[in-house]
Order: sequence, then structure tokens, then C-alpha cells
Amino acid sequence: MKNKNMNVFFNGLVKENPTFVLMLGMCPTLAVTTSAINGLGMGLTTTAVLVLSNVLISILRHVIPNRVRIPAFIVIVASFVTMAELLLEGFIPSLYSALGIYIPLIVVNCIILGRAESFASKNSMIPSFFDGLGMGLGFTVALTAIGMVRELLGAGELFGVPVINNVLAVLSSAIGRSEPIEYVPISIFVLAPGAFFVLAALTALQNRVKRKMQEKGQNADKIQSGCSFDCASCEDSGCAHRFVDVNAPSGSVADAAKSAQNGKEE
Amino acid sequence: MLDVVKNLLVLLVSSSLVSNVVLSQFLGLCPFLGVSKKVNTAVGMGGAVIFVITIASGVTAVIYRFVLVTFDITYLQTIVFILVIAALVQFVEMFLKKYVPALYQALGVYLPLITTNCAVLGIALTNVQKSYGIGFSIASGLFTAVGFLIAIVILAGIREKIEYNDIPESFQGMPIVLITAGLMAIAFCGFSGLL
Repeated sequence: MKNKNMNVFFNGLVKENPTFVLMLGMCPTLAVTTSAINGLGMGLTTTAVLVLSNVLISILRHVIPNRVRIPAFIVIVASFVTMAELLLEGFIPSLYSALGIYIPLIVVNCIILGRAESFASKNSMIPSFFDGLGMGLGFTVALTAIGMVRELLGAGELFGVPVINNVLAVLSSAIGRSEPIEYVPISIFVLAPGAFFVLAALTALQNRVKRKMQEKGQNADKIQSGCSFDCASCEDSGCAHRFVDVNAPSGSVADAAKSAQNGKEE
Repeated sequence: MLDVVKNLLVLLVSSSLVSNVVLSQFLGLCPFLGVSKKVNTAVGMGGAVIFVITIASGVTAVIYRFVLVTFDITYLQTIVFILVIAALVQFVEMFLKKYVPALYQALGVYLPLITTNCAVLGIALTNVQKSYGIGFSIASGLFTAVGFLIAIVILAGIREKIEYNDIPESFQGMPIVLITAGLMAIAFCGFSGLL
């Protein structure tokens, strides 16, 4: 039993890491990773919401009627997000103002609704808790890592400590320079374009890993790059069909969009 | 009167270009990357986003002003807004299907794709945060969505050209699109000198 929970936990943390493997929840990933501390704060807030909503949804899974489950999930998630927002505002105001509008937007983070739909609504409380914890911490690790890269390149700092300049100062005194060499930060990395470039590098790496895995004959279907149309719904991750009208007229944009995504029809 | 016009112009430039919804705020990134393969579909998506966001900003502003503020329950805004927006999009879709079939033909199929889009909720919350009145909320929604249309159409135009280029194997697909978006974001940074 304990072993199984551990498996569920590490599945979210590593094997199905929501950011690096499944590519879910990209809006907050890009927006708040201007520094490692912001990424960490956002990740932990999302983890708290994810764990609590997973637990509550798994407890209520036999009570919520199937047809209204999505609105019910949204209300549960939104309640926890509101609590998290009020708590942050009260106790960690610096993080609250740094994350700003992206805290209430945790509601539409598709990791949360996706896990509610695909895991918590089908499993009992304990596994759902570990699933939420694993997925949430996987997201946290990813956001912190991306934040560290951006902060290091864009400001020369890590968690607010000017690491590069400290190292350079030691090095320059070691080689006997009176004036220490200064690091000139590539400030574009903490601005909006930097987010796109870092994510581009990440997806390129992902593409490469996926290709290598396919060459070795391993199953790489889990690795997704790109997103769907709607932040709270995630095509190919088992939760898009809920929001997208399956009975939409054929030849519709659901198809057009799909072919647009797949490309080479023409 | 002149003051209002001036404020609206400033709002137009700032919310459609300077702090572009996708390129500097990262809202609505999913349709931006997902439906930008061809210019036609990009225009359709942009139109649907304009339609939904303008209506949603108006409705949420009215609800905020007359329900949430009146009963002093503004802390419930996230819950109320997300439910209102989800219901509203469904309702708008049904209404268009029945009464404005021409518009439904053009936009209808895109509407369900953006039911719970973060851009819609994000703009509703931003309007509250900046304490805009109802009129300004609608204008801000409209202008922000126009910014989305501009960005997605430019990206689709570039992607149509990229199709013919020889791209390193690992960068094919999403990575090259993200790099394109990054370069566009740099270009849009230049607009900040306008204000």
C-alpha cells in the first residue's frame, strides 16, 4: 500500500512531470519564473491548492453527480485558490504582489482540473493526496529550475544573491586584479521574451529526448509538447473533451484547429 | 469629454500594444500557440476572442459593481467570475447558433475552445484590480482582445512562411514557434516608448 503511494508520488514528480514531460500549465510557467523565489512561491501555492482539491474531490467523488462534475470541481478549486490568495495577502505580502494576478489564475491551471478529472475522481483519498503532492512538487521543481536559469542569466543572481559577481570577485582577486570583473546581466532573460526563449530551449531538448527514445524503440507517447486552446482543458492529456463540444458540426474548427496543430495537410 | 477620449486612446495603446496580452502577460498562450498555423484560422480565433472577452468584461464588471460590491462579498470574485464566464460562453454560443447563424458560422466553433481561457478570467480580474468602471472595463476588454488578434495573426503569417524553411530537427514544431514568439515579444517591447 505504502509502496503504491510512493509510486503515485514519483510518477508526478518525475515520470509524468507536468512541466517537463506533459507541458501543462504554461501560462504561469512563463509568467512568474522571472526569479527562482517567485517560481518556488508559485509552485508551492499551486501544490497546496492541488493537494487540497485532490483530497476533497476524492472524498466527494461519489456525491458529485457525474453530469455537473466539472462545475463542481471548478468551485472546489476556486474556493481553495481564494483561500490561498487571502493567506498570501495576509502573511507573505511580498510574494502576493510579485505574483499578482497569476494567483487567482491558478483556477484555470489545467494541471489542477486535469488531475481532478483523471485521478482524484477515480481514486480514494490517500492516493489522491500523494498524486497531488507529486504533481505539485514536480511543478514546483520545474518552476524553480526555470526561474533559477532566468534569474542567473538575466540578473546574475540566485534567490537574490549575486552569485556570479561574488565568484568573479574571488577569481579576480585570485589572479591579482585590483578591480574585480563585473558580470553584465543579459536582462532580456528576466523580461517577457526571455521566457519564450527558455521555453523554446526546453521544448527543443524535449523533442530531442523524445526522438532518441523512439529510435531506441521506447514508448515516448507521454511526452507532449505544445498546448491546446483552452488553459483549463488539455487536449491529449485526457481532459479536453470535457470542454470542447464533441458533437460540434463536422468540418468545424475543432477539426480545422486540429489540422492546424498537426500541420502538413496541404 | 476630451479627457475621456484621451484616456481611451492611452488605454488602446497600452492594452493592445505595450502590455500585449500574450506577448508580455502570457495570457491566452494556448490558443496563441495552438491555432496559429494558418492565417484564416488565426483570424477566426482572434474574432472569437474579441467577442468573448468584450462581453465577458462587460458582464463581470456589471456583476462586480452591482452584486459583489453591493453585498460586500468582493473576496468571492474569483469563484463568481469563473462560473459566470463559463456559463456565459455556453449561453453566447447557443444564442448565436439560434439567432445569428452567420456569425455562428464564422466564430461558433472557436467559442467552446476558449470557455475557461485564462485570458478571459485574467482580463476580468485586471479590470477589477485597476478599478475601472463598467464602460472602461468593456473598452479595456475590447482593446486587449484586439492586441491578441494582432499578435496571433502576425504569428500565423510568420508560421506560414516557416513551413518552407529548413529547421534543425530538434527545433521543428513548438520550439521554433516559441522562438518566433520571443522575437515578436522583443519587437513589442519597443512599443513601451510610446507612452
